[in-house]
Amino acid sequence: MAIRSSNYFPDDALDTGQPGLWQRIHLDAPLLVALLALCGFGLMVLFSASDQDPAAVERQLIRLGIAFALMIAVAQIPPARLRSWSPLLYGVGVAMLIAVLLFGDIGKGAQRWLDFGVVRFQPSELLKLAVPMMLAWLLSARALPPRLLWVVLSAVLTLIPVVLIAKQPDLGTSLLVASAGVTVLFIAGMGWGMILALAAVVAAVTPLVWIGLHDYQRDRVLTFLNPESDPLGSGYHIIQSKIAIGSGGIDGKGWLNGTQSHLEFLPERNTDFIFAVIGEEFGFTGILALLALYLFIILRGLVIAAGAQDRFGRLLAGALTLVFFVYVFVNTGMVTGLLPVVGVPLPLISYGGTSMVTLMAGFGIIMGVHTHRIRSRG
Amino acid sequence: MLEANLEDRKREGRLVSIRALIAGLLATAALSLVVVRLMHLQVDQHDHFTVLSRDNRVKVQPLPPARGLIYDAKGVLLADNHPSFSLEITIEKVGDLDATIDKLSRLIGIAPQDRARFERQKRQRVRFQGVPIRLNLTPTEVARFAVDGHRFPGVDIRAELVRTYPLGEYTAHVLGYVGRINEQELDRIDKSNYAGSHFIGKGGLEKAHEALLHGQVGYQQVEVNARGRVIRTLESQPPVSGKDLHLYLDIGLQQVAKEALGEERGAVVAIDPRNGGVLALVSNPSFDPNLFVEGISQTDYQALLSSPDKPLYNRAVRGQYPPGSTIKQFVALAGLASGVTTSRRATYCSGAFSLPGHSHRFRCWRRGGHGALNLEQALVQSCDVYFYDLANRMGIDRLSGFLSDFGFGTLTGIDVAGELGGLMPTREWKQRVRKQAWYPGETLIVGIGQGSFLATPLQLAVATAAVANHGKVIRPQVARAAQTPGAPAAEQLPMVSHTIELGDKQQWDQIIEAMAKVVESGTARRIRSTEYRIAGKTGTSQVFSLGQNQRYNAATLPKHLKDHALFVAFAPVDDPRIAIAVIVENGGGGGATAAPVARRIMDAYLGGATVLTDVGGERGD
Repeated sequence: MAIRSSNYFPDDALDTGQPGLWQRIHLDAPLLVALLALCGFGLMVLFSASDQDPAAVERQLIRLGIAFALMIAVAQIPPARLRSWSPLLYGVGVAMLIAVLLFGDIGKGAQRWLDFGVVRFQPSELLKLAVPMMLAWLLSARALPPRLLWVVLSAVLTLIPVVLIAKQPDLGTSLLVASAGVTVLFIAGMGWGMILALAAVVAAVTPLVWIGLHDYQRDRVLTFLNPESDPLGSGYHIIQSKIAIGSGGIDGKGWLNGTQSHLEFLPERNTDFIFAVIGEEFGFTGILALLALYLFIILRGLVIAAGAQDRFGRLLAGALTLVFFVYVFVNTGMVTGLLPVVGVPLPLISYGGTSMVTLMAGFGIIMGVHTHRIRSRG
Repeated sequence: MLEANLEDRKREGRLVSIRALIAGLLATAALSLVVVRLMHLQVDQHDHFTVLSRDNRVKVQPLPPARGLIYDAKGVLLADNHPSFSLEITIEKVGDLDATIDKLSRLIGIAPQDRARFERQKRQRVRFQGVPIRLNLTPTEVARFAVDGHRFPGVDIRAELVRTYPLGEYTAHVLGYVGRINEQELDRIDKSNYAGSHFIGKGGLEKAHEALLHGQVGYQQVEVNARGRVIRTLESQPPVSGKDLHLYLDIGLQQVAKEALGEERGAVVAIDPRNGGVLALVSNPSFDPNLFVEGISQTDYQALLSSPDKPLYNRAVRGQYPPGSTIKQFVALAGLASGVTTSRRATYCSGAFSLPGHSHRFRCWRRGGHGALNLEQALVQSCDVYFYDLANRMGIDRLSGFLSDFGFGTLTGIDVAGELGGLMPTREWKQRVRKQAWYPGETLIVGIGQGSFLATPLQLAVATAAVANHGKVIRPQVARAAQTPGAPAAEQLPMVSHTIELGDKQQWDQIIEAMAKVVESGTARRIRSTEYRIAGKTGTSQVFSLGQNQRYNAATLPKHLKDHALFVAFAPVDDPRIAIAVIVENGGGGGATAAPVARRIMDAYLGGATVLTDVGGERGD
């Protein structure tokens, strides 16, 4: 006998009527509005950060258009189908990571790209989706919370791509992929005892990772611990971004009027350090509004995860939302000097396309989870 | 069973909801931590950071690489960098621009043309980059500004290397010139590598070899004072200079060629057939490329643009002319190669040729006709009727197919930017562009190098070199080698070629022998030489078409309607070391006007007399 969803969740009572417009086009209105507001603000900031280069804004706008189109397309896919694709996607992703290490293109000193002639593709981006999908696939086949064996298996499935990506070397992305694995386990209800044990293992492994790091990566961690120790080398980024943010004050210097960013004191102001431009030009109030917008998106994603109808959807929507949170926290933490400098962009605002496309595909999945519902017949 | 299952699922749903709630709380807490941090930076320490931002001292500055120099085949310097001080205004940092300039002009002379150039460059500037208001400051002016400079925030003296072309008029069309980077170029280049550079190759060799000449940017960290002036350098990574280029071009020969053309409009291209090295490439008249480096004034530019001689027009690589009779030897080769004719087969020239069933008479240049001619005699006399007949029997497809192998209708690939490819008419081309079928009469016209057939002097020189090489077609190159400054040896640039195979190798010699007779006893006999053997072919190309019964009378025609004179040649016949193409616009007959120019160049080159004479500051006074 079929078990109907309306038996499980109180909010399913809402689904008994005809599906609304938003549900039929498989989009979530609150999330969509918040994302559009975020990207609009991002373009405004980019215009200032790029020294008012309309060409840069135009290119970013094109990327955003592609990313939104992808989001809408992905949202049309029922989660059950995504679930059936998960192992294949994961397998292909890991195979491509190995291919990158063997034949990849070297761009800016790191090997991250696969060149297919027409398009250059960064397989590590795919893993940001494939790892949580794979783990959600694995864990959703059994009752939650997961037993130890499945937790260990999940950890192994996460670590394989994380290590491969760290070898490229791309610390930022490997951190994001690792967090995708961890968040699936967390949402799945992994016992607190196991969480503590996992933390202990990470603490034990850290010295080994330290040995495996490239010099410039160690540099970054060391400078993080004491930025003033090296004001001309790696510490320069952090010092300059703190000056830019701090001098912005409560109200900011005004749009297009940031002196630190425009007089070229602030490095990478279009990309990883764009948050400092916002801090300088829009001040504490502007940043507060931005962080509120980010928090709204995160909370909305978690609400969708909690309200999802099946295990796979819950785990995946929850994990993808939390990866987005990790982006926001790591970037803002790094620019404000709370965390070490790892190359993580400010999501949907930093200039550049690769991570934006993956993020928006992730939001497409979240919206799909929310809108593809099995309706009760009563 | 079902109840238990339902219970499990409810518990599971609650578990996930609780975990999502915890995650939400953690996320809120984490972002609150960022907010607390921001409050600390932006509220508590705001004053501290405001002070720091006001005297932010450490800046990273790009160090532009020195552009590679350019030397001719004998080591004569053709493109140099000379140090120059200029006064720059960063407009974004200046409050009242006009007041600043007025104040500056009381300290340092600023002429109206300086103002004009400033206004011009201001419109094309890159934001937060200085725009020069005065160039070439004297040491006195530099000293004066050093004393009073603090009164001018946003105004700086910059020492930079500015490109100069000491033999400008002789090299303008080959080397091109550099100029300030504009907005469009900024979109194409690697911005970080050009961070400190202000100049980029705008044409010619300078543009074609931009990647080699530019070099790699360096960086320095400097301490600056409150007004952004550098106090000291803290750390630096030096730039890597661009590579010096060593050319095949012989500037002495270039001078001979230009002077041989004299006041005539025209072009000369001379190539070493053995390696494709461009020995001379002249387009006459020329211009002074130094005018363009810092931006040419409107008056000078108008003068160059409105001159009827079009000095800016690079005739050697962009001039597309009907090649006229200078392609008859290639047509003859095509006839031999395709088996349509043999060296013995004779054709009767009555002075005109008509297609069967048509009344239109295609005339020979000699009204009375040449009588019976074989292939060699037809080339020596440049008989049109012979080639009408040959082209007609071969058909356009075979004809254009064979001529294309010699490079007609395609770019030669020379390392001079802006080259045009001419036009080798084909059936397919006519259908595509003119939307018309091919007429048999057009084949005849193509057979004598007229009609829609167009070729550049460079293409003619390359094709002539291919004949000298018995079929080896070489990509022409001006630059021979690139050398990292300070490195012991220069790296040779690669040579590219393909070979035209003929069934019977003797056919090359038959054509070359005929070309030698053109010079010994034919249309170019006026340049016959006793010291070495020349193989050549004259050509005349029509500027306008005559009606069926009109006569061409040079004496009564205005100069600009006279025929173009062409000549192609290589020498010595047995061991070709120079292949050459000459065009003299509206020069009349090829044998009379263009051939003597080629002879002077070949004499100078083969006689080793290509020493640069009488140039520099004294010239032209």
